[in-house]
Amino acid sequence: MTKKIKNLNLNFGPQHPAAHGVLRLILELDGEVVEKADPHIGLLHRGTEKLIENKTYMQAVPYFDRLDYVAPMNQEHAFALAVEKILNIDVPIRAQYIRVIFCEIGRILSHILNVTTQALDVGALTPSLWGFEERETLMTFYERASGSRLHANYFRAGGVHQDLPAGLEEDIAKFCENFPKIINDLENLLTDNRIFKQRNVDIGIVTKEDALDYSFTGVMIRGSGVPWDLRKSQPYDCYNQLDFKIPVGKNGDCYDRYLCRIEEMKESVSIIKQCLSKIEKGPIKSQDGKISPPPKKELKQSMEALIHHFKLFTEGYRVPKDEIYTAVEAPKGEFGVYLISDGTSKPYKCKIRAPGFSHLQSMDYLIKGHMLADVPAVLGSLDIVFGEVDR
Amino acid sequence: MNTLIELEKKINSELTTKIDNSEIKHNQLYMNINKENLIDVILFLKTNKNTKFRQLIDITAVDFPEKSQRFELVYLLLSHEFNQRIILSYKVNENEVVNSLVSIFPAANWMEREVFDMYGINFKDHPDLRRILTDYGFEGHPLRKDFPLSGHTEVRYNEGEKKVINEPVKLEQNYRNFDYESPWEGTKYIKEQTNNDKKN
Repeated sequence: MTKKIKNLNLNFGPQHPAAHGVLRLILELDGEVVEKADPHIGLLHRGTEKLIENKTYMQAVPYFDRLDYVAPMNQEHAFALAVEKILNIDVPIRAQYIRVIFCEIGRILSHILNVTTQALDVGALTPSLWGFEERETLMTFYERASGSRLHANYFRAGGVHQDLPAGLEEDIAKFCENFPKIINDLENLLTDNRIFKQRNVDIGIVTKEDALDYSFTGVMIRGSGVPWDLRKSQPYDCYNQLDFKIPVGKNGDCYDRYLCRIEEMKESVSIIKQCLSKIEKGPIKSQDGKISPPPKKELKQSMEALIHHFKLFTEGYRVPKDEIYTAVEAPKGEFGVYLISDGTSKPYKCKIRAPGFSHLQSMDYLIKGHMLADVPAVLGSLDIVFGEVDR
Repeated sequence: MNTLIELEKKINSELTTKIDNSEIKHNQLYMNINKENLIDVILFLKTNKNTKFRQLIDITAVDFPEKSQRFELVYLLLSHEFNQRIILSYKVNENEVVNSLVSIFPAANWMEREVFDMYGINFKDHPDLRRILTDYGFEGHPLRKDFPLSGHTEVRYNEGEKKVINEPVKLEQNYRNFDYESPWEGTKYIKEQTNNDKKN
């Protein structure tokens, strides 16, 4: 007698703690083996690109914080660079260092979150408790510079919004001294941990060729052994004056990607240290009154400053007709902004290229043939944040 | 090291008639092609040993409602070997069907779904052309310029029916788009007036 066997369809999410947000994953299971995965995204779609088309260039910046909300300033950076290139303005050197420092802080923020929640997904609770304490410290740095812990709205075309408050540089330096010890502690918990390795080694392997075909960037491609980092290959701001290494994986599995992220955090600490030793006093935004708002104290005395202030915060600055694609190495991969300006003070089109979008689309390819229990491990190592996938 | 100028020459000489127009700015190569030649050009760029554009970074569209060919499709490609970027674009009409790249770049799958969702452009031979970012049962294409910013419908939970329902958008005050252009450079209505005066 033969029995007819039917595959089981399982609905994973949209409310599932291991889905890292609002992912609805429809899995087709043969026993415990995943045959097919169909991610349904868009549950967090807010129409960011449409909104940006209706806002001035300055008003568009906060929307970038809300994309990948664990590393907000890295996104702002891409937009600021795109506008700067079209306007053809120079960024003062101090502003460049400040931006790089905060981008690297963003990278650490994102990697801590990812490494520790990946550990959480496979059963380790302690790393997230230890890691989140450090994230809290880093977010206070964000707060002291910009006024808010998460949605900073700090970078501007032509520099940053305001100078660092007194004492912040010293405190960041102090953090850089202490943080390597925390990374060490995390590594002691995870790197040689038998359970962590059993759950991650040889899971979700990506070959070099497939990494290219699936448009993987960032840690996803470096984990597979391709030494590609935009900070090195297409340096922006002052990255070409800094000395850092690019960690590369060997096997392209979840474990290698974890190791890459740990190493990248160490490199980020070294980058921040170098910036802090090189940073000097000076202006922090473009001195062009048509682009940067005047200092507050001038408003009461200078007619010109008052006019500039009024025009900047009503009409905004105009950007000449042009078309440009700029990308930065965000913690999750290549984050790009494809901007079309039409000579007015609002972008005609602003396409946001989010790394997580292409990573998540390969879910079916990555998970086929794995067990159901591997789904959270693979999903964790993809480093998905729905703010940027859904936009 | 291959420079962008060399690359531009190389592509132009190999693909002569297939490239309508090319330009280098912002350290990137911009190329206009014809809709029919998309597959040939992409295959050449991907496989030729002097170009090796192995990564498709993104696909997007731009809406120009006032132009005769309404949409412009944009393909962003990246070559790791030569560290170069290329931006391909071509124009299509509103109801035209364009070729899908999924067989060449698997990554094109979701990107094309997104263009379909946001602009309503259809792709030929796409394995799975569904909406991707908008809600189940959504109507319209949000990134078209004639789609209102507030959308057409809003959702709320209906206590009586015990479910989430869709209703036409009701705003207390319409979305206001101020004209901030400096009066001394001429706001729109003044410009129109002066233009009319000149004609008369």
